[in-house]
Amino acid sequence: MEQQAQLKDGRVALVNYGKDYGKLVVIVDVLDQNRALINAPDMVRSQMNFKRLSLIDIKIDINRVPRKKSLIEAMEKADVKNKWENSSWGKKLIVQKRRAALNDFDRFKLMLAKIKKGGLIRQELAKLKKENAA
Amino acid sequence: MAPKAATGRTSRNPDLIRGVGKFSRSKMYHKRGLWAIKAKNGGVFPKHDPKPAAAETPAKPPKFYPADDVKKPLVNKRKHKPTKLRASITPGTVFILLAGRFMGKRVVFLKQLTSGLLLVTGPFKVNGVPLRRVNQSYVIATSTKVDISGVDLGKFDDQYFEKEAEKKKKKGEGEFFEAEKEEKKVLPDDKKDDQKTVDAQLIKSIEAVLDLKTYLSARFSLKSGMKPHELVF
Repeated sequence: MEQQAQLKDGRVALVNYGKDYGKLVVIVDVLDQNRALINAPDMVRSQMNFKRLSLIDIKIDINRVPRKKSLIEAMEKADVKNKWENSSWGKKLIVQKRRAALNDFDRFKLMLAKIKKGGLIRQELAKLKKENAA
Repeated sequence: MAPKAATGRTSRNPDLIRGVGKFSRSKMYHKRGLWAIKAKNGGVFPKHDPKPAAAETPAKPPKFYPADDVKKPLVNKRKHKPTKLRASITPGTVFILLAGRFMGKRVVFLKQLTSGLLLVTGPFKVNGVPLRRVNQSYVIATSTKVDISGVDLGKFDDQYFEKEAEKKKKKGEGEFFEAEKEEKKVLPDDKKDDQKTVDAQLIKSIEAVLDLKTYLSARFSLKSGMKPHELVF
């Protein structure tokens, strides 16, 4: 079993419940057994229960409770945004968002594309079957 | 009475309080110059003969008097405002029809008629929906738009869609059943031509967009896993 993300100051987390659902935040301090102080570039520093957070594999290098400015600098240095968007979890979320925003016309075009793809696959499969049978 | 002042008819007697003027009757007499009018007319107020009343045609006594007093309905001068369109509905929007014969069909919106109903067309060649009126409530407006700038919609209004006034026929006993069978409503040729002209321009704009024609010819339906409250149309 690979090591799980360690809970420390500087750990990046994903908010999974509530008003800030889906945002990436940084844990800047641990308040007690249940709560953390979190901060993000587009958010006021606030407390949040760990139950509302899902820890992510990304960590940034900060002191305990940094200023907003140094937090943003540290996030840029660690390149949190790109690391997240290139991780498999991050990519899945992006796809989910894209799917949810599809238009009725887009969904129709998607269906046509799926049918076409399936047709091509079946053609190739039929070819391979014929070759094998021969 | 004497003709009123044409422009800026103000009172020369300002109100001190509602109902109490600043000047007395005699003061106002002088202010209005009524003494001058009298003097001009030789000491009396000028008299205007009443206008000759239009000769009244002697009204015929009514044939029928109702037995009881019939109450007249109250006068209602309210004018309806044109139905407010949802912000998502603009000319050229693709709609999904939700009820009726063409349930689930995707159609193109043309314009709103004075009755508030929406004028819509398939186009007919694409999905079989003719020029038709539809209520806003039975429609989902998608965010897909078609360019309808070249279409002339001036001649379509609610009158165009009125039912033809049926001619009264004398029905004999035996003829009754035969007459029922023969009556089949055929759409007049000029309406078919109207459909063709509107659709000709529309189909050009539709074919300009990839897959739009197949989109319009397909019906919409909810499939497994689709949650209408979460779908973006």
